[in-house]
Formats: sequence, structure tokens, C-alpha cells
Amino acid sequence: MSGPACLPRWIELGVLPLLNLGVALALSGAIVLALGENPWTACKLMVGGALGSSDGVGYTLYYATNFIFTGLAVAVAYHAGLFNIGAEGQAYIGGLGVGLVCLGLGHWPFWAVLPLAVLAGAFGGAAWALIPAWLQARRGSHVVITTIMFNFIASAVMTYLLVNVLIKPGQQSPETREFGANAFMPAAHELLAKIGITVAPTPLNLAFLLALGASALVWVLVWYTRWGYALRVVGQNPAAAVYAGISPERVTIGAMLLSGALAGCLGLNELMGAQHRILIDFAGGAGFVGIAVALMGRNHPLGIFLAAVLFGALYQGGSQLSFDMPRINRDMVVVIQGLVILFCGALGNLFQAPLAAWWTRLRRPGEEA
Amino acid sequence: MNPVPAEPTGSSPVKGLVPPALELRGIDKRFGAVHANRAVSLAVARGTVHGLVGENGAGKSTLMNIVYGFHRADAGEILIHGRRVDIYRPHDAIAAGVGMVHQHFMLVENFTVLENVILGVEGGRRLTDGLTRARAELEELARTYGLDVPLDTPVGQLPVGLQQRVEILKALYRRADILILDEPTAVLTPQEADQLFALLDRLRAQGKTVILVTHKLREIMAVTDRVAVMRQGALVAEFATRDTTPGELAERMVGRTVSWQVEKSAARPGEPRLVVKDLVVRDRRGVVRVKGASFELRGGEIVGVAGVAGNGQSELLDALAGICRPESGEIWLDGHELVRAALSPRARRRLGLAHVPEDRLHQGLVAEFSAQDNAILGQHDRPAYNRGWLQNRTAIQTGCAQKMAAYDVRPPNPALRMAAFSGGNQQKLVLAREIDGDPRVLLVGQPTRGVDIGAVEFIHRQLVALRDAGKAVLLVSVELDEILGLADRILVMAGGEIVGELPQSEAAEKKLGLMMAGVRGEGGA
Repeated sequence: MSGPACLPRWIELGVLPLLNLGVALALSGAIVLALGENPWTACKLMVGGALGSSDGVGYTLYYATNFIFTGLAVAVAYHAGLFNIGAEGQAYIGGLGVGLVCLGLGHWPFWAVLPLAVLAGAFGGAAWALIPAWLQARRGSHVVITTIMFNFIASAVMTYLLVNVLIKPGQQSPETREFGANAFMPAAHELLAKIGITVAPTPLNLAFLLALGASALVWVLVWYTRWGYALRVVGQNPAAAVYAGISPERVTIGAMLLSGALAGCLGLNELMGAQHRILIDFAGGAGFVGIAVALMGRNHPLGIFLAAVLFGALYQGGSQLSFDMPRINRDMVVVIQGLVILFCGALGNLFQAPLAAWWTRLRRPGEEA
Repeated sequence: MNPVPAEPTGSSPVKGLVPPALELRGIDKRFGAVHANRAVSLAVARGTVHGLVGENGAGKSTLMNIVYGFHRADAGEILIHGRRVDIYRPHDAIAAGVGMVHQHFMLVENFTVLENVILGVEGGRRLTDGLTRARAELEELARTYGLDVPLDTPVGQLPVGLQQRVEILKALYRRADILILDEPTAVLTPQEADQLFALLDRLRAQGKTVILVTHKLREIMAVTDRVAVMRQGALVAEFATRDTTPGELAERMVGRTVSWQVEKSAARPGEPRLVVKDLVVRDRRGVVRVKGASFELRGGEIVGVAGVAGNGQSELLDALAGICRPESGEIWLDGHELVRAALSPRARRRLGLAHVPEDRLHQGLVAEFSAQDNAILGQHDRPAYNRGWLQNRTAIQTGCAQKMAAYDVRPPNPALRMAAFSGGNQQKLVLAREIDGDPRVLLVGQPTRGVDIGAVEFIHRQLVALRDAGKAVLLVSVELDEILGLADRILVMAGGEIVGELPQSEAAEKKLGLMMAGVRGEGGA
């Protein structure tokens, strides 16, 4: 349900998000100014850091890969009328699956390890979503509450495993040993080098393409299959679903499993692609950024891709900024990201009504007065 | 903040005559396209119990919510004891001496009765002062009206009947002089209802004015002095209760519109298609809504289920369609037993049972989907609409376009959002979808509710054509004329029971009205 007035699609999907983003950046600029730095320079540093070099672009897309996976996870659940706050925990446990496959089968050829790692990641994430899903479907326990709790449980379980079970013997930091070299996701700069393109070495890796593939898969699944149809009916009108013979319970569980599986694939990028080991808190909040990404991307894979790249750029540009402007530390960057989330996600429709009023007046001059 | 008492009314007819406790003049209210109240004028005399009856959606609740300040009327004025008052919010209504007991209680379950009563009028910074004063006053009220309620028990632990008394106490404690009760017996057992009526008698004796909103005629006859009937937002009749009968009230509630005579030949009933035996259905709150219904439906006939809304017809339909599980009984569809097998709506559809639900937008459609996506709801797993894993979008679109052409759905644009169609066109699409599945049995609920006259005729002709093709049609409608015009055989439901069965030839509105009011028909079920 949109507001009282309807806007054309190009305003709804184009102008509105840009306006939100603009306001967030303007406020950030004011904060930078208050800190005694020049907002324009800061802006140039951020954009330059994120997109100005092959190095920056690589990092931006590497971060974006994580956000695509978690953003898709949130979106799939959203289409079934569920708000999955647990992508963080699902990504964490999914990563355990990816990591265990890579640790155990690191000597197998990469093309044999990869499908198993994908399956293990998806399975771990889905398994972590199963209990909240079941509780929601059969007992009516709200999935928002249970998935939040499961984030904490995932964190505790992983800390225990890394500190007591999986830790590489003889070291202090709670990390596993490095995966076998065969289980490394091929890096983008290596792949591009093979076809004669030289770029700076970055953590960007093959998982980026897997994330794009997952986006296409979600797009087809939600809008072009009968399962996706059932999913959207349940999300839009559960009573109509029951009338049509679609079981909301089964759809709820199915949607959460897929959601968890998508989140679980984060490990492919973060562990197989970048860290090459399992370590504490590798998901690093990507599950929560995924919520903002899905909201801003209007739960559509294309929108999610664009929003994920934006947040990737904020991450990468932000670290560049804190590096070059000593007065703007890491926390300031988080504040800027927070403002973007606030205006693009939480307050996403803030300007819809005024914009609609303005549009109506523009279309029918004189009629109003 | 007291509502400003404006000028005393000039129109008070005779000097010295007591003005009505509550007077409404020309109250008008629209919600978007829905005209919920049409220039309603009503006067309620002091010290009386005034009934307000009407079917669901007739505008009773809207009217009372305007009096209580939940909604603001678009036009019209409210006078209390002859003074015009502006009621913008419930606070103003309370200050003017109006109290309301809602159908769904507004109580804090884990607060005690005492705490609930003083909620919002604690009086002073320290809670204990207020509590002490309230206790004394409530005990006084309890003596005056015989309203015994344990003051220190958490409300959640009280039976529903007592919770309702707490609501009444709350209103009285706020010095309410005019008490509005919205469907007060919906949640009560018959015994609790009788106790409530006795209480209403005592309130009246003490000079309070009571407005009883209900669609149950027994209650009206039992306690009210006068009764007003609402239909489609307008106040259509008012009687002194002793001058009217349940039959007359039922007739006025259901109303007489243009005669909907449908051209049709005599029915040629064939084999029984749907056989229902001793069906019992409970709703979610555990109230028995269908009490042992038995009937059969044959191919080539339309059987109408008549009744005032809320007498179990909806639950009967839901149970037949597989949307809710009956508690006991049997449903046989062409030799398949559906209840014990717990067949889903989807499985029933495969067996040839189609369903046009009573509430299109709530059950039958997804408002935000396109017309073509709605045209496959419930049939989305048919091979024709799928190609392996993928949906066959072309087939879905052409299928919808064909249905739109055949059923004259306007505008004929399969990609348009369902919410953008008018009620009649939405209904035509639902009907097209359900009939297109080539059902052997069609369940139809309120097929013409909110549908324009042109579409009504069209829909009726489709139903008759379906009957003539040898299909069985079960028609549930609160429009008496629709039942009389379409049905070959009529079942009457009242209080969850099938109280009578008549062939169309013997059915007359009067007779049906009486049966709908719960007076058993000699036709026998």
C-alpha cells in the first residue's frame, strides 16, 4: 500500500532514493563541518577512496558481495511477510559450514570443494533459520524476536567452538588454521590477469559472481515460479493464501530456509575468498547492513545490488576517510553509515507524501487553487 | 477540557418538555468510496433503552463511534440533553456523559478491577489516594446497580460476563449518563446475556439512557423500549418495540430493494453432489457457530442459504471450502468424505469444488497483485499455467485476457493492479476464475455485495447458466431478494442451525423473515 497519492515509477524508484541519500549525505556533511573539516574534501576523499582506483573498486565490490547475500536473505523473507533480523547469525553458522568443508577438504581440487562449500554454507544458514521458522509457523512465536535471540546464540556457539574446539593448537587468537590452498576462492585480480587485465590485488573474488548468480536466482524464484507466487500471496494476504490452498506454515518455513541459506553463503566471500580461515565475528554486522540494503533496494535483486554497492562504497570510502582525515575516526564513519540507513531505510518514505503532493500540483496546475 | 456547550437548541419542540438524552441530526460520514452513514437523525429519550439494529456493515458501529469521538462526522450535529456538543475524541464524549462498552473490551488483563476502573482518571499524583476514593465510590455504585465485581482480582482471571461489568463500571465511574453497548452479547453465554439485560433494566430504572447496538433480534425484543433499524448507512425505520415483531425487523434489516427477478426455467435436480451431515463448526474463540447442519445439494439446482448475517453462514461456507476444520460431522463431495480426510482447499478444488468467498478482498483476491496474478489464485499449480519450474507467463496473461473478455471485466487490462478495479469487476473476475475451473459444485458467498446493479444481473445469469449446465450451486446471501430470485430451494439459518427448508414456490419474504428471526418453520429441516 503506497500513500494516498501515487507517484510514477521513475520518481518512486529513482528520485525518492536519491533524495533520501542526498539528505543523509548533507547531514553527514554538516557533522563533518562541525568537526572542523571540509565536507567537500571529505566527500571527494570518500568517493575517490571507494571508486577512484581499481584498488578502491575491488574493496567496494568485495564488501558489496557480503551485503548482496544478506540483503537477498532479508528480501526473500520479506516477500513472505517475515522480517528476518537473523541474517547475522545465519551467516555466522553458514560460515562454519563453509569453513569446515574448506578445512577438511582443502586438498581436494577447487571445483570439487566449491559446490560442497556452497551446500555447506547454505545448509548451515538454513539450519540456523529453521528453528525460528518452525516456531513462527507452528507456535506463532514472532520471528523478529527469535531470530534476534538466535544471533546471540550463534555468537556464543561460535565463540565456544573457536576458543575450545577449532582453534589452531599453540596460538592465542581464537582462529582455525588456514584452509588448504585449493579451497581459496580465486581472487579477481588473478582471474583478470589470466585474460590480460591487470588490476591491483584486492580481496574481491569469485564469490562476487556467485552473489550475482544468487540475485538472478532469487529474481526468477520470487517472480517467475509458482513457489514464488505462493510466497508472495502469503506475504500479501495470508487469508487469500489459505483460501487458495497454499499453506502459510509451509511457505513460512520454506522462505526462512531460503533466507538462511542465502545469508549462509556470506562465508564463501568472507572466509573462502578473503580470510582463508574461520575467525571470531567474521560476519561483522553484514547481516544487519543487509536489512538496510533490502529496505533501500525495495526487496528487488536489482535494487539490492545497487544498495549493496552503495554500502560497500561507504565502507571502503569510510576507511579511506578515517585514514586521511585524522579528526574523522572510524566511529564517525559509522555515524555516516547510520545516517544513510536512517534516511534510506527507516525513513524511506519520509519524503513520499510531500513529493506526491508536489507532483500532483505540478500535473494539475491551477486545479488545486 | 469540556466540550463547549453551544447555544441551547432552538428546536426543542415544546417548552418544559425534557429534551432527548441524545439527539443526532443529519450525521453523514464517508470512508473513501464507502458511504458509511447517510444523513442519520435519531433521538433517544432519557431513561430508555434504545436498540440500534442492522446487519454487519450497515453503519451502526460507525454511528456510535462518531458519538464516542473515534470518528468525526463529515456533516451533522450531536446534541446531548438538548445542548449541541463538539465531540472530537473519546475524552470529549466522556466529559459530555457518554460511556461506551466495546465489543472487544478495552481492559488491562493483569491489572485488578479497581486499577482498570481508575485507569486514566487516577486523580492526583499519588495512586493510593485515588484508589481509596475509587474503592468507596465503586462500592456505592455496586450497591445502587447490583453490580457485584471483586475489586481486587486481576481482570484477566474473571469470566467474560464479569469483564463486561467492569467495562460498565468504568463508564459509570466516569459519570456516564448515556451508555452505548456495542454488540454486548457477542461474547456472552445466554445466561450471562440475561444477567446483562437485568442490569440494563436497573440502569434504566435509575434514569440512565442505554443504546444497545446489535444484530440479534431476541435481545431487542427482550430489553429495548424503542428500536431503530439501519441499512446501508441509512436509518430506515424506527419503532416502539412493543409495536413491532422480529419478523418485521428482520425484513427491514435485510431490506427490499429493486426486485431481482431472474429469468430461469424450472430446475431439474440430478444426483446429490454435496451431502452434509451433522456439521458442527466452532470459531477461533471456541464459540459454536454451526450447530449440526445437515442438507444435500444436487446437480442442476441452486440452493440458497438465507439468514441474518452472523448466524453461522460464513462458518458453514468456510468449513465446506476447507478453510476451517469443523469439529464434527461429515461432508461428502461426489462420494469423497472431506472432513475426516482433512482435505485442503486445494485438494477440494481438484475434486471439483469451487468457492467464491464472501469477502473478496479479504479472501478471494490479493489487492496488490495484478489481475492476471489474481486470475490464477488457487489454480496456480495447474499444468496449463506452468512450464516445468517456471510459470507460463504468456498462458497466465492470455488466460486472464480471455476471462476478462468473457465476463466483461473492465478495464480489460490483465496487468492492472486488482485494487484499481471496481467491486463489481473484481467480483466478475473471481467468478470467472472459479467457474473457469469447471467445478461440479460451486459455493458462492454474497456474490453481489458491493456490486453495481449492472454487474448483479450479469452475475446472476452466470449462476443460473451454471445450474442449467447441471452443476450444483450453494448460494449464501443476506440479500433476501437475491435468494428469492435465484434459489430453487431455500435453507434458512438462524443461531447456527438450519431452522427450515422451503422450495422456492412456497417461500415468501414474510415467512422467511420469521424463520430468520429464529421462529422455526413448519417446513421442518
